[in-house]
Amino acid sequence: MTTPTVFAASRGSRAIWWVLGAVSVVVVGLLGLTLGPAGPTWWRVPLAVLDRLPLVSIDSGVTDAQWNIVWQIRAPRVVLAALVGAMLSLAGASYQGVFRNPLVDPYLLGVAAGAGLGATVAFAVNRDATATWPIDPVPLAAFVGGVIAVALTYTIGTAFGRSRSATTLVLAGVAVTSLATAVQTFVLQRNNDVVRQVYSWILGRLTSATWGDVRLVLPYIAVSAVILLMYRRVIDVMRVGDDEARTLGVNVNLVRIVVVLAATLGTSAAVAVSGLIGFVGIIVPHAVRLLMGSSNRIVLPLSMFVGAAFLIAADIPGRILTSPSETPIGIVTAFFGAPFFLFLLRMREVRQ
Amino acid sequence: MNSLTIRGLRVEYGGCAVLSNVDEALVAGEWLCLIGPNGAGKSSLLRALAGLVNFSGDVQLGGRPLGALSNRQLARQVAFVPQEPELPADMSVTDYVMLGRNPYISTFGRESAQDRQIVADLIDELSLSVYARRLLGTLSGGERQRVVIARALAQEAPVLLLDEPTSALDLGHQQHALELVDQLRRSRNLIVVSAMHDLTLAGLYSDRLLLLHQGVGVARGTARQVLRSETLAEFYGVSARVIHEDDGTVVVVPQRSNGEY
Repeated sequence: MTTPTVFAASRGSRAIWWVLGAVSVVVVGLLGLTLGPAGPTWWRVPLAVLDRLPLVSIDSGVTDAQWNIVWQIRAPRVVLAALVGAMLSLAGASYQGVFRNPLVDPYLLGVAAGAGLGATVAFAVNRDATATWPIDPVPLAAFVGGVIAVALTYTIGTAFGRSRSATTLVLAGVAVTSLATAVQTFVLQRNNDVVRQVYSWILGRLTSATWGDVRLVLPYIAVSAVILLMYRRVIDVMRVGDDEARTLGVNVNLVRIVVVLAATLGTSAAVAVSGLIGFVGIIVPHAVRLLMGSSNRIVLPLSMFVGAAFLIAADIPGRILTSPSETPIGIVTAFFGAPFFLFLLRMREVRQ
Repeated sequence: MNSLTIRGLRVEYGGCAVLSNVDEALVAGEWLCLIGPNGAGKSSLLRALAGLVNFSGDVQLGGRPLGALSNRQLARQVAFVPQEPELPADMSVTDYVMLGRNPYISTFGRESAQDRQIVADLIDELSLSVYARRLLGTLSGGERQRVVIARALAQEAPVLLLDEPTSALDLGHQQHALELVDQLRRSRNLIVVSAMHDLTLAGLYSDRLLLLHQGVGVARGTARQVLRSETLAEFYGVSARVIHEDDGTVVVVPQRSNGEY
């Protein structure tokens, strides 16, 4: 880790980042509504959006059919990308805070493997019988799988002695992940025909996002976000380690379990509708930390803004570059996320 | 007036008694120093008082049993300065000292203006004003020790526990740190319990010593009473001369044995 700068930033200079964060979400969101393979000419879209605001009336020249594309197809994608991006970043930042490890991601403790297994089973079993179901069983199975995996991790992790240390939990998570992955491979080998579907689900996609999806995940993500944000000051106290935090009056075990549960809830919901979008949960909090320091009181909320903007932006190239087919968003986040992170590191080095 | 009484304190790790039958009584303003060889139980005693390990026996502060207190309540009564405190490199001094106010801030709340004032006053009192917005990673060892003490004081606890407060410091900073603790315990009437390796310093600054050996208190009293060469030879296995200075200081000087063992 590079040597930190000498002084902590003043409150005034930090305030500007909130504004930048909010503005970037709005700007990128507009961009997401504007760009796409079909629909109205790009510069008409912002006008059409303005026209929809109360008290504003502009003739944007956009037909109802074209507006439908913007509102029914792109807008849910943008909103969902914002929600998923914000949730994954917040969950990642929370895990990193509560496990004091900058390398953990929101899929720690088995959420990813559990959700993947759930989805795999749903795809494998999703034959004629379930084809007529009104609800798509895949998101449900993924959600349930994610939550069960974390519950299993917690049960195993706290079963041996009363240590309940962070390391024991992480190791239990590794064990559960391995088990879930093994079972998933087993199921896939016996159901070769769904391998492509499962793989494409794992890479993550926002392709078929609908307002229904948004309504589905919003309550879980909202509850999860509220809980995690409420705990951010306490997570900051935990930066001095479990023992010292205890002597400062923090109930470390309780905080950790609440944070894990809340983060799992939100992450599982996000994964259920968007698949496993990687990188966001590690890259975004890290980038925020590089720019703003490691205080969780700032990193947690700011990560939500940056994560939302990042994922909306990442969703755009996927539908334009390889049009008419789509590049899975998981590939885009990796492709653009890594160099961006390197750039941030370089910027930090240069500044020293 | 606060008093700390310990009766029959026993700490076990996996069935093995690390501390047994420890009895002590301290009043406000008193400084007790725990001495003894490695593994004697000094740290365990401090950690038991800080609520970090389970113990059996009766420990009371001002008549109230410590064991019955919640984390938060205990944090308001006992402040613990560990041997190697974790100092996040990019946390500012002010934010770090503010951590000591945690027992007074509600879980989902924020610091109040009063909390900020207390922290600011402490930073002034410990001559840390020029470092107030500095990041912890840029401080030297002596400054870091003052910052950790400031955090402990922010807890406004009547009991201050120090685990090897001087082991990482040079001679000058050792003296500064101990003088600071002495001055603070007098002005704030704190009960101080410290564990120290340096016997001379232990005797010089504390009111009383408790020599622990394999979890049991084997000698207690003033420096003059406890620091005797026979006692040190028996329990530390060290060959040392004890010199009594005119001003009352007891100096322990290790001596080489000239090849005989």
